[in-house]
Amino acid sequence: MTYVWAFLIGGALCVAAQLVVDLTPLTAAHTMVLFVVLGAVLSGLGLYGGLLKLAGAGASVPLTGFGNVLVQGFIKDVGSKRASGLLTGGLSAGATGMTAAILLGALMALVFSPRG
Amino acid sequence: MQANAEERRRYAALRARHKPPLPHLTNLTLAFVVGGSFCAVGQIFYNYFAREGLPPDEAGAFTAVAIALIGGVLTGLGLYDDIARVGGMGASLPISGFSNSIVAPAMEYKREGWVLGVGAKMFTVAGPVIVYGLLTSLVVAGVYLLGHGRLRLPGWLRP
Repeated sequence: MTYVWAFLIGGALCVAAQLVVDLTPLTAAHTMVLFVVLGAVLSGLGLYGGLLKLAGAGASVPLTGFGNVLVQGFIKDVGSKRASGLLTGGLSAGATGMTAAILLGALMALVFSPRG
Repeated sequence: MQANAEERRRYAALRARHKPPLPHLTNLTLAFVVGGSFCAVGQIFYNYFAREGLPPDEAGAFTAVAIALIGGVLTGLGLYDDIARVGGMGASLPISGFSNSIVAPAMEYKREGWVLGVGAKMFTVAGPVIVYGLLTSLVVAGVYLLGHGRLRLPGWLRP
């Protein structure tokens, strides 16, 4: 059942993003930024936790999930380190994905060359 | 003037008749299927990590890494462009699209050198995503924490 919800919610988020690209002058890059921001706002409103519980990877794999991770990271670090958490929380929570992506970028550039 | 208005009315009617019922229905369907598939694959990884005993946030983080890895390798093999052409935002919105946006320019700009090519161009899209994601979430978390009384403004800032 978790797979069905992951597919449906994740797919719906992508449809929403596609609507933005098709109906506004925003490019794919703009829309990616917009959805991270959107995920952060939903997280602050306390709405993203419920979505994660329902859809699992359907809510954490799209970039809105990245915005949620950043906000929850700030909230968690302020809880454990007081105000200095406002300078550490976001990047430390997002570190796993960002480090992996940067490492991949370097490795793939080393191994492969673009087609054509 | 009268004829002009009549002509405009007829043109509007003609245009309404030939407009597709929903804008870009094919695009939307493909985005749904491709994006949903990435998330369903993510759920396979998530369930696996959770079964191995990782707490939910770590299982989520490793799921993101796994999907980013898939996106990065498919980009390296030159296949992600094809997926993105079909799936549109269904390929760009999942974290695999984020790693595609890092890996593709890293490969593309290798010829401009490892520092100003690979190192700089990697962040053409990821940079804005991180910058505005971080700034927004800082403000959102700040407002949330102030609102819940878990953070207090310093005395000289309080009214």
